[in-house]
Amino acid sequence: MTDTRNNTVSVVDRSHPVTAGGAVVAAHFLERTAVFVLGEGAMVFAAAQDEPRRVAVHEGAILATAADGDRVVSGGDDGTVIATNAQGDTRTLATDPKHRWIDHVALAPDGAVAWSAGKTAFVQAKELREFEAPSTVGGLAFLPKGFRLAVAHYDGASLWFPNAPQAAPEKLEWKGSHLGATVSPDGRFLVTTMQEPMLHGWRLADRQHMRMSGYAARITSLGWTIGGRWLATSGSTQLILWPFQTKDGPMDKQPRLLAPSEHRIEVVACHPRQDIVAAGYGDGMVLLVRIDDGAEILAKKPGETPVTALAWSADGKLLAFGTESGEAGLIDLA
Amino acid sequence: MSAPLSSDKIPVTVLTGYLGAGKTTLLNRILSEPHGKKYAVIVNEFGEIGIDNDLVVGVDEEVFEMNNGCICCTVRGDLVRILDGLMRRKRKFDAIIVETTGLADPAPVAQTFFIDENVGRKTKLDAVVTVADAKWLNDRLKDAPEAKNQIAFADVILINKTDLVSPEELHEVEARIRGINPYAKVHKTQRAQIPLSEVLGRNAFDLDRILNIEPEFLEGDGHDHHHDHGHDHNHDHDHQQGHHRGGLKHYHDEEMQSVSLRSDKPLDPDKFFQWVQDLVQKEGPNILRCKGILAFKDDDARFVFQGVHMILDGDHQRLWNKGEKRDSRIIFIGRNLPEEKIRQEFESCIA
Repeated sequence: MTDTRNNTVSVVDRSHPVTAGGAVVAAHFLERTAVFVLGEGAMVFAAAQDEPRRVAVHEGAILATAADGDRVVSGGDDGTVIATNAQGDTRTLATDPKHRWIDHVALAPDGAVAWSAGKTAFVQAKELREFEAPSTVGGLAFLPKGFRLAVAHYDGASLWFPNAPQAAPEKLEWKGSHLGATVSPDGRFLVTTMQEPMLHGWRLADRQHMRMSGYAARITSLGWTIGGRWLATSGSTQLILWPFQTKDGPMDKQPRLLAPSEHRIEVVACHPRQDIVAAGYGDGMVLLVRIDDGAEILAKKPGETPVTALAWSADGKLLAFGTESGEAGLIDLA
Repeated sequence: MSAPLSSDKIPVTVLTGYLGAGKTTLLNRILSEPHGKKYAVIVNEFGEIGIDNDLVVGVDEEVFEMNNGCICCTVRGDLVRILDGLMRRKRKFDAIIVETTGLADPAPVAQTFFIDENVGRKTKLDAVVTVADAKWLNDRLKDAPEAKNQIAFADVILINKTDLVSPEELHEVEARIRGINPYAKVHKTQRAQIPLSEVLGRNAFDLDRILNIEPEFLEGDGHDHHHDHGHDHNHDHDHQQGHHRGGLKHYHDEEMQSVSLRSDKPLDPDKFFQWVQDLVQKEGPNILRCKGILAFKDDDARFVFQGVHMILDGDHQRLWNKGEKRDSRIIFIGRNLPEEKIRQEFESCIA
């Protein structure tokens, strides 16, 4: 096992560097344009051969982003929620009256925007709705159907119908601090990342619990592979994939472990068309990993700092990466 | 990739003190002084305001239990969130100051830096600074366990509002503080006036300085320390015993003590780690803090560690200097510690 992956098939020569000019904290695609989100306020837009363009978005740090192909919605420590389109035009969607940090954002399939500041979750659809969580909101995720928002917090999560303000949110309980939330594409499972190095899952139909543990570090990145067959996660020196093909999800099943390294995986991005996961490691390496047979392709050689952002274009032909020290690039796999 | 050097980490100062002791006064001084540095201050009020170069962030203290079966293992969830956010800024801060509420237990704040890896990777606990009210501290030590915890936990203690007490009262309060925590650096202030360098950026020398103190009433003053254990079952635990030595009264706080260990013989690392882990497993709820510098057999590097309750955090710090005395030194501060047992077990860790 070597970290340099000297004998691994490589696509490193298809990489175009992008000058990000700051720590990259997230990446998204708006059509063929890669958007590199910088920690301090700005986003860098890079399309194929054009000169990258820097757009100032927030006054302070960008704390959370979500994208739906048309726009990147971001929350900042300046207390604003801002939508930015592929042309780099920004529009302020909300300003927190108390200028609290916007910790999380989420986008609904119909375009509604959710965000949270402290204990309060907001949804802007036709009207602005808000929900006071029992403690600071740890993560937000819309269910794919029925305009419902999962809100993770201390000791569990709440399922909230923003359009039925009179109805009490459904409580899902599990002791501990839940810091992030994701819902399976079929809407059957809610999975949260915890302060401990583990995931917790609920099968929403019957609230069956799923504990997914064995990690070395807090899980900060996770994603569903095509069709929601696997949940790919960071937090270990191997790519950990939990099986969600059956109605029982990962209950009583072992995860698949691929692409071992000496360094921990910091970020994952699932290919939109195939059972392939891009994994970014603590030493700056990026591997493309095929789930069926564990085959690896080297996409980026190790560098100086951890990979902090990965994103696929919708057609799966472009991969954007960024690191803590601002190293960034686009890999053209077409 | 190597872990970031500890010098690259942003130092975090935790500011504690019972209600009304003068924390806010100290904080305002830090913020208003022309220090030329960029600080981020986490306070317990809502709303965010920038003061010149500094950033002030308001939070609700949220103490979360960890699910690891350790009863005293708690973290400040809000700090995990805020520190994550602060680290996103490109222009880093020179230091971060966390103000706790007057009734707060400092342990969850400190434990956050040891438990949360993302926080610990980029920031380090620099010092716990406790502001004490010269006039009221003695009363609070009797009726407010939080106040005693804050004194026991401190690396730096400001006895504030000294203008409101007589020299005798000041002496008394200092002696009481020393009885609980002989290792903290104590300053006497009025209106929290103190050079910022005495409060911020203490790390560089703290561990060495602390562990070099030989508290005279623990060892070396001829006072037979052991007799305490013979008779303390006979009087109630609130009673505190005082006697004069060299001008400063010596108090033994019946509840909170410190145990200082030292050896000039190298330790066996296997024996030591097993012992210290067993000890904090068993006595963790009673051990508020521990710190140590260790010399292991056949090891040319100094090992430093510190802990809060059941959590220990340690690493090789640097090579021993030529001519430097390779002593192992440890202190424990806590409640009702079984001192003799700790001493004997420590002795058995010598290689």
